[in-house]
Amino acid sequence: MPGAIYAEGLVKTFGDVRALDGVDLDVPEGTVLGLLGPNGAGKTTTVRCLTTLLRPDSGKAVVAGIDVLRHPNEVRRSIGLSGQFAAVDEYLTGRENLQMVGRLYQMRARAAKARAQELLEQFNLADAADRPAKTYSGGMRRRLDLAAALVVSPPVMFMDEPTTGLDPRNRQQLWEVIKQLVSGGTTLLLTTQYLEEADHLAHEIAVVDHGRVIARGTSDQLKARTGGERVEVVVHDREDIAAASEVLRGFGKGDTTVEQHTRRLTVPVTGGAKLLAEVIRELDGRGIEIDDIGLRRPTLDDVFLSLTGHVAEEKPEEAAK
Amino acid sequence: MSAVTDALRVAPTANPVIQSFRDSMVVAKRNLIRMSRIPEMIIYGLIQPIMFVVLFTYVFGGSMQIGGSTSATDYKNFLMAGIFAQTVTFATASSGAGIADDMHKGLIDRFRSLPMARGAVLTGRTLADLVQTALTLVVLAVVALLVGWRVGSNGDTNVGKVLGAFGLLLLLGYAFTWIGALIGMSVRTPEAATSSGLIWLFPVTFISNAFVDTSHMTPWLRHIAEWNPFSATAQACRVLFANPGQSQSDAWPMQHPVWASLIYSALILLIFRTLAVRKYRRAAG
Ligand SMILES: Nc1ncnc2c1ncn2[C@@H]1O[C@H](COP(=O)(O)OP(=O)(O)O)[C@@H](O)[C@H]1O
Ligand SMILES: [Mg+2]
Repeated sequence: MPGAIYAEGLVKTFGDVRALDGVDLDVPEGTVLGLLGPNGAGKTTTVRCLTTLLRPDSGKAVVAGIDVLRHPNEVRRSIGLSGQFAAVDEYLTGRENLQMVGRLYQMRARAAKARAQELLEQFNLADAADRPAKTYSGGMRRRLDLAAALVVSPPVMFMDEPTTGLDPRNRQQLWEVIKQLVSGGTTLLLTTQYLEEADHLAHEIAVVDHGRVIARGTSDQLKARTGGERVEVVVHDREDIAAASEVLRGFGKGDTTVEQHTRRLTVPVTGGAKLLAEVIRELDGRGIEIDDIGLRRPTLDDVFLSLTGHVAEEKPEEAAK
Repeated sequence: MSAVTDALRVAPTANPVIQSFRDSMVVAKRNLIRMSRIPEMIIYGLIQPIMFVVLFTYVFGGSMQIGGSTSATDYKNFLMAGIFAQTVTFATASSGAGIADDMHKGLIDRFRSLPMARGAVLTGRTLADLVQTALTLVVLAVVALLVGWRVGSNGDTNVGKVLGAFGLLLLLGYAFTWIGALIGMSVRTPEAATSSGLIWLFPVTFISNAFVDTSHMTPWLRHIAEWNPFSATAQACRVLFANPGQSQSDAWPMQHPVWASLIYSALILLIFRTLAVRKYRRAAG
């Protein structure tokens, strides 16, 4: 049985640009799929095709058991969309925005009102509820946009780069909200440019490049292909390289690479920050002076490098429409 | 899903006509709230027509020949129907800008992902513009009265006829907002919508009987002016207001201005509403 979100061979071209070049997806009910890819990879176009905003040139899409191309309006009843750019009316208050969306989901006025209040509280916007959204911070707008996508508690949700442009604190906050949401059984397709985000939120990750899914798997599987976490050390004196290398060998889960001219040593590890502290203590204990040390987690670039042999190239993104 | 959220789930599809009406009202309310929070837009919208009333009355007043008379009072009474008609068509620009703004900010994507009636986003916007046009007309009529405009200056009229004239003006304005809606969806920015909403309006409103007596125009121009939809409404208003300077031309719209005005407005409404809604549906972006 196909999952809550299913796509087969989606193709979409804009003039010469082949934005989607045969995208296949299958997201089981109640799980989160992270669509990971650089700018211009086709994430937004995929989301727009699945949410009835764009008609693919060919291919098949089924959302919540409904054929997207044949019954777009029925699909709209079962989905919530939080697009790449917060789609809230900035002259309306947070409350008015949510009530309007509720009414347009065909809720009765009283139900829409009650639901707006519920969401404002849940999303920590109750204090700002009666201020125009224009006065909201970026994080608040994002939360309001997300709340608007949740007005009818749709069984299937789409979020297009929900945390892009947010500061770390707001990002963390939003992650918590999203986690809470999916713990309630919602199926979610989330796009992101950050491996860390997909790692944090998604059960499964699909890596897209040039309109195709080039790899899929859990974040552990993807990370395994990139070599996972590494500790990077830059020693102060060239003479210390050998000693430092020996220290790292004790902690590492693989071969240490050494760049002589930059005095940089890199070793794959598992154990995160705790391990890093131990490495520092050990180096210190042996009197090895270091210029820099850090824990490096694999990024989208690393994943790309290992999957494609080249770093993720950015394509200039089309002006938002 | 919890019991609470189940109870809140969307209602089954209502009658499409009722749903369309309800959704349009929700969107109209949203746009009216917006307008009330940007009052300077309404005020700017008023300044230009008021300036026209004052300038035309006092600057051109004594030098214009209307139906053989150069009386400033006759020109004033002639002029107002033209300015009213021009003013209602300026709503084209604001509706175009509003819709372009929604497209631009991605709000249309939200609307298009909701299970709402397809035409409601545009209908709601044009209805809100209609309310604003009505307000503008009221203010303008008061200013016109203050500078000395009087209905029945050239014959008999009654309340019904005067209200009928305002009805025709609102209908014309409403039809033109759909031209604006189509423009708003065809351009990339609200600024472009404003200027392309206005640029063609100037020739259309000036090559008409709005400000001058068409009998002084060169024949080919006069022909255009007399068949201009805009002239039909101005002429109809002059007839209904019983104001001077009504065209004596044989052209059908000048002989039957009320019908002509109704037919023109209905046609514009029908054509541009169809085109705009179709464009909205296809606005793949
Ligand atoms: N409306 C459009 N017109 C023309 N090209 C577009 C349009 N939308 C997207 N594209 C192109 O399609 C490709 C994929 O874009 P998009 O799906 O927005 O990528 P992403 O969301 O992953 O950054 C890009 O090359 C982009 O320039
Ligand atoms: Mg995108």
